[in-house]
Amino acid sequence: MTLAMAWIWTGMIVLSVIFGLINQTIADVGNAAMEGAAAAVELCISMGGMICLWSGVMAIMGRCGFTDALARLFRPLLCRLMPRACRDKETMAAVSANISCNLLGLGNAATPLGIQAARRMARGCGGVASNELCMLVVLNTASIQLLPTTVAGVRAACGSAAPFEIVPAVWLASVLSVAAGVLAARLLSRVIR
Amino acid sequence: MDLSALLVPALLSVTAVVGLGKGVNVFDTLTQGAQEGLTILLRILPNLVGLLTAVYMFQASGAMDFLGKLLSPALEAVGIPPETAGLLFIRPVSGSGALAIGSDLMARFGPDSYVGRVAAVMLGSTETTFYTVAVYFGSSGIRRTRHAIPAALVADLTGFVAAAFAVRLFFY
Repeated sequence: MTLAMAWIWTGMIVLSVIFGLINQTIADVGNAAMEGAAAAVELCISMGGMICLWSGVMAIMGRCGFTDALARLFRPLLCRLMPRACRDKETMAAVSANISCNLLGLGNAATPLGIQAARRMARGCGGVASNELCMLVVLNTASIQLLPTTVAGVRAACGSAAPFEIVPAVWLASVLSVAAGVLAARLLSRVIR
Repeated sequence: MDLSALLVPALLSVTAVVGLGKGVNVFDTLTQGAQEGLTILLRILPNLVGLLTAVYMFQASGAMDFLGKLLSPALEAVGIPPETAGLLFIRPVSGSGALAIGSDLMARFGPDSYVGRVAAVMLGSTETTFYTVAVYFGSSGIRRTRHAIPAALVADLTGFVAAAFAVRLFFY
């Protein structure tokens, strides 16, 4: 994965130089390199407060048992998507905690829980992903965050009048995206064995 | 009244009151959480420096416009603004890369413009697919990933189209 990024990064730089020479914008390209580096630090500083604040608020929500409540709420739905994992209590606990951490945007907490669930689900299947494990991965590759705080932070840093006003649109797009992913996983599971 | 204006004050006050009611030391927890936020920032800053440099160069050279023009017939057919073409490519591969391109779009077009909003919703409604797939299958020893990647990419594509659709629905 890191190697893929190395190729993309090098490709972007080389293409910029080629296009810069063709379009005679090479002087701008040089200036842009320095501006870009400065802009990265500026962006981090101006959205830093918001990211820290929301990480803190989410930590309080986690302490209040909000994560457990969400896990209970989504358990029936998850049992329908992964009936076999549902029979194993520990797997189901990890899956539902993984999903509820994702909903709260607690990525650092969600990943180890998801890995724990994935390892249990992968037992004894000889390195071939089961339908339910694919479903777990698809649910994790789709974004289901209730509050897109990083994006709101960037919007605030760029001077948006109402950084959070995109939330309903994010929810709608997320729900459509997750639904399409689940549907595709269901259909493709019969084709790709 | 705009409901989203209520979101931040309501969440802050309700979380604080409920937390205190449950005997959580809300201020200590808040600062501990904020410290974790700082770690996140420290981790993304070096990535952003590298990536925003490349994005700015790509933009200034005219390569980004070329990519947009190349893809605009296909993108416009599904209602996606062609300016976001770069974001579509980097989103499944790199989270910080997507943040770099997305923040550049918001800065250039304005966060409350059509393109800026679509970029924000795209960032908020999709994930770094290949990274997630690598982490989950890598850690559980799966070699045949079967339909996971195609299904995840269907979700990403739907997310992009839906982001543009949702912005038009809610704002225009």
